[in-house]
Amino acid sequence: MTARVGVVTFPGSLDDADAARAVARAGAEPIPLWHGDRDLRGLAAVILPGGFSYGDYLRCGAIARFAPVMGELIPAARAGLPVLGICNGFQILCEAHLLPGALTRNAGLRFIDRVVRVRIEDTGTPWTADYDQDQEIRVVLKSGEGAYVADPATLARLTSSGQVVARYAGGNPNGSVGDIAGVRNDAGNVVGLMPHPEHAIDALTGPGTDGLGFFTSVLRAMADQ
Amino acid sequence: MSGAADTVTRAAATPGQPQPYAELGLTSAEYERIGELLGRRPTDAELAIYSVMWSEHCSYKSSKVHLRRFAESAPPSAALLAGIGQNAGVVDIGQGYAVTFKVESHNHPSYVEPFQGAATGVGGIVRDILAMGARPIAVMDSLRFGPADAPDTRRVLPGVVSGISFYGNCLGLPNIGGELAFDPCYRGNPLVNALCVGVMRHQDLKLAAARGTGNKVILFGSRTGPDGIGGASVLASATFGGSDSAKRPSVQVGDPFMEKLLIECCLELYAADLVTGIQDLGAAGVACATTELAAGGGAGMDVDLDVVPLRDPALGPAEILMSESQERMMAVVEPGNVGAFLEVCARWGVLATVIGEVTESGRLRMTWRGEQVVDIPPASAADEGPVYQRPIQRPAGQDALQADDPAALPRPAGGPELRGTLLSLLASPGLADKSWVTEQYDRHVRGNTVLAMPEDAGVIRIDEQTGLGVALATDGNGRFGLLDPYAGAQLALAEAYRNVAATGAVPLAVTNCLNFGSPEDPGVMWQFSEAVRGLADGCAALGVPVTGGNVSFYNQTDEAPIHPTPVVGVLGVHADVTTRVPIGLAAVGVPIVLLGRTAAEFGGSAWAQVAHGHCGGRPPEVDLAAERALAAVLTQAAAEGLLEAAHDLSEGGLALALAECCLDQGIGCQVTLPGDLFTQLFSESAARAVVAVRPGSERAFAALAARHGVPASELGVTGGDSLVVTGRTEEASTGQASFDIPVDELAAAHRGTLPSLFE
Repeated sequence: MTARVGVVTFPGSLDDADAARAVARAGAEPIPLWHGDRDLRGLAAVILPGGFSYGDYLRCGAIARFAPVMGELIPAARAGLPVLGICNGFQILCEAHLLPGALTRNAGLRFIDRVVRVRIEDTGTPWTADYDQDQEIRVVLKSGEGAYVADPATLARLTSSGQVVARYAGGNPNGSVGDIAGVRNDAGNVVGLMPHPEHAIDALTGPGTDGLGFFTSVLRAMADQ
Repeated sequence: MSGAADTVTRAAATPGQPQPYAELGLTSAEYERIGELLGRRPTDAELAIYSVMWSEHCSYKSSKVHLRRFAESAPPSAALLAGIGQNAGVVDIGQGYAVTFKVESHNHPSYVEPFQGAATGVGGIVRDILAMGARPIAVMDSLRFGPADAPDTRRVLPGVVSGISFYGNCLGLPNIGGELAFDPCYRGNPLVNALCVGVMRHQDLKLAAARGTGNKVILFGSRTGPDGIGGASVLASATFGGSDSAKRPSVQVGDPFMEKLLIECCLELYAADLVTGIQDLGAAGVACATTELAAGGGAGMDVDLDVVPLRDPALGPAEILMSESQERMMAVVEPGNVGAFLEVCARWGVLATVIGEVTESGRLRMTWRGEQVVDIPPASAADEGPVYQRPIQRPAGQDALQADDPAALPRPAGGPELRGTLLSLLASPGLADKSWVTEQYDRHVRGNTVLAMPEDAGVIRIDEQTGLGVALATDGNGRFGLLDPYAGAQLALAEAYRNVAATGAVPLAVTNCLNFGSPEDPGVMWQFSEAVRGLADGCAALGVPVTGGNVSFYNQTDEAPIHPTPVVGVLGVHADVTTRVPIGLAAVGVPIVLLGRTAAEFGGSAWAQVAHGHCGGRPPEVDLAAERALAAVLTQAAAEGLLEAAHDLSEGGLALALAECCLDQGIGCQVTLPGDLFTQLFSESAARAVVAVRPGSERAFAALAARHGVPASELGVTGGDSLVVTGRTEEASTGQASFDIPVDELAAAHRGTLPSLFE
């Protein structure tokens, strides 16, 4: 049976179709989840895609965190369900306290859409296992509020416990502290990433295929279970 | 305020009551004509409807007699499914798909309030496309400002760009290209032209027509508020003596989140076949949507203004009709489908209200607080507005302008001067790297963007299985327009056509946004009439029909109009986007070939402007047969896989094109040019492109070019980390001018300008 990976659509989600395409390209079956769903339908992994959920009104991710589907997702994630939040999804995971820290306005105070290099520093998660340690990949960063911040104690803990999944290489594009591009929770099943791996799965439409590894990784993790 | 409405009964009983028609922009002749049409004076609400529907913006009263040329001289095209007069033209691109695209101006609002003006410009054009039954798939923006270092440009440009970024990014539509130009003539009159393209299956085409007696009229989307009411506040004050209305914003405020919900909601409504007619609400709001839907269906319509959801309960009927609150649509729905329609809207959190129904009366009737406030034949407002044959006069200074030939200007000579000229052009604001602007736009969302800026055209994949896709480019050149509006319009068309072909797409259809000064100035009307004639003739010669467009008049401050600036958008088709050709040199040892003929043509050129602040003489000669042959070579070569890169030649000529080819991937090239090196490098002769031919395909490519009669001269080869230019002169006495510029130096010149101006 084909592995089934959920992709949540909130009102204002934009990269949901792209995440679903990446899941399919990796060989899994993308299953759409609606923000009003109160059932994860036994899915073995879930992606929160990029966009502007609920218009990003109040604060990015602040309203989405209270969506009915999150009522199911939060306990499931705490129980070990692999969850990947991309861009707005990362913001939602921080707002839901599934990940430490927060995302704030870019250093230049402008939205940027740019191809960046990112170094994968933790290959122990279900989303990064297909990468080599410290492998540099080229992916698209596109966000206005992508600067990662956390208090010094949290940062120290993230570093010492190896929870920084990815850092920007060759220049910090948005003022993220410690060049952090992505982090994971303690257990490693929940990963938040500011750049968009789903936009790097085909050289025709993106900067190569470096992003595909996130989706093939989770497929393998699901098969191993 | 008073609750008493100016009813139809009262209007009939008080024929002599003075009305503020002049403040609403109507002439006394137009006002008298309304009285004749109705057989009485209009009510305040009716006056509101006629004033907006007969405005220049909605009625095209000054341009209509000229725009007819587009239809009259249109080349036969089997591809056109819906043309001028609909919300946007619709073109068949094969495999059962149709695309619709249109460009529209939001110039004046963007000057008054750059952020919201530009944002709502994007919102408006996207709803136009949505109203055709299509899913919007990409946007582009064509922007023109005053001098880059003028204080007001520093206010307007960043605001416009962040407004587009805010709205378009939140909507989830990739921004795939456009233009950015600067000229003193746009000081106080920036041009913000927004384009949207959408895709649908043939059978999904929707038209703006209210048909079927008893069908319900549903208003959905945002509530109606007091924003964007221009003339209506005049009425409000005149009628009610209110003073608060003066504080209301006349520029609308956009909510892209609501627009995103509207898009998804509409597409779900279309998919479930719940809509029989649909119209977006843009300029003139409910007044425009109801009159156009009723007129389009040849039916009547009854509307109850009391049930229109309001943000401000104090709005009177005239204000409700004229409000330009954003993110609203109006649909005509069969009674049996109303329940399902409202359910879809509820699922997306979109407010929807039945405000009326289609009747067989042939009249548009509206009630407010139970009384009749509107009773008019809808076509009289929508289709039968005034049409003016404005006076036309070739400007007295036109001959002197054309006689002011740039041949008299001092030219650079020798390697170092030519080198410096190239670098100064590359760093000039209009030709500098646009990343500071374009990085603020999401070009990746939806995952179908194959090419985007700084490529010659944006390319979007439509079908993932077959690779079917479209290419789009917009171009305009106000300097050419000023020197010769007929040729200027054709050069804009030819450049967009060439840009699309350079990516390998077959050009198929044209849209336009005609930006001009005041139509009441006979000189401006001459420019307009010449530009329309040029564009219509050009489209006929190139075999691509105009599918629709937009006119923006009154782009002038005091006496000085902007340069005539027709912005032309060309849409092309890629049977398979995997064969697209980018501009960047990507491999070493690849032959570089110049296509087309080069003459010494510097009138209106970037060199004349940047080096001398000069704009005079004649624009480059137009040769549409040569353009057509060049496009045939480019598209066929792409389909056969003969090219690695291609770039059209336009502003800054071959020099700028080569520099941009090198900059894209950081790969240099060495070229040897015959004849006068300055002319070879900087002339802006049309119908030219530079290509990198795939090694091994040289002979096949040369044969292809020869077959189409397109001159092809091999200039050199790719490689190294510099752009190396060598002159090859017959006269040994003049010496061999040559220079080289490291790609890093090109990059520094190209990339520093906009950040240093706008950071």
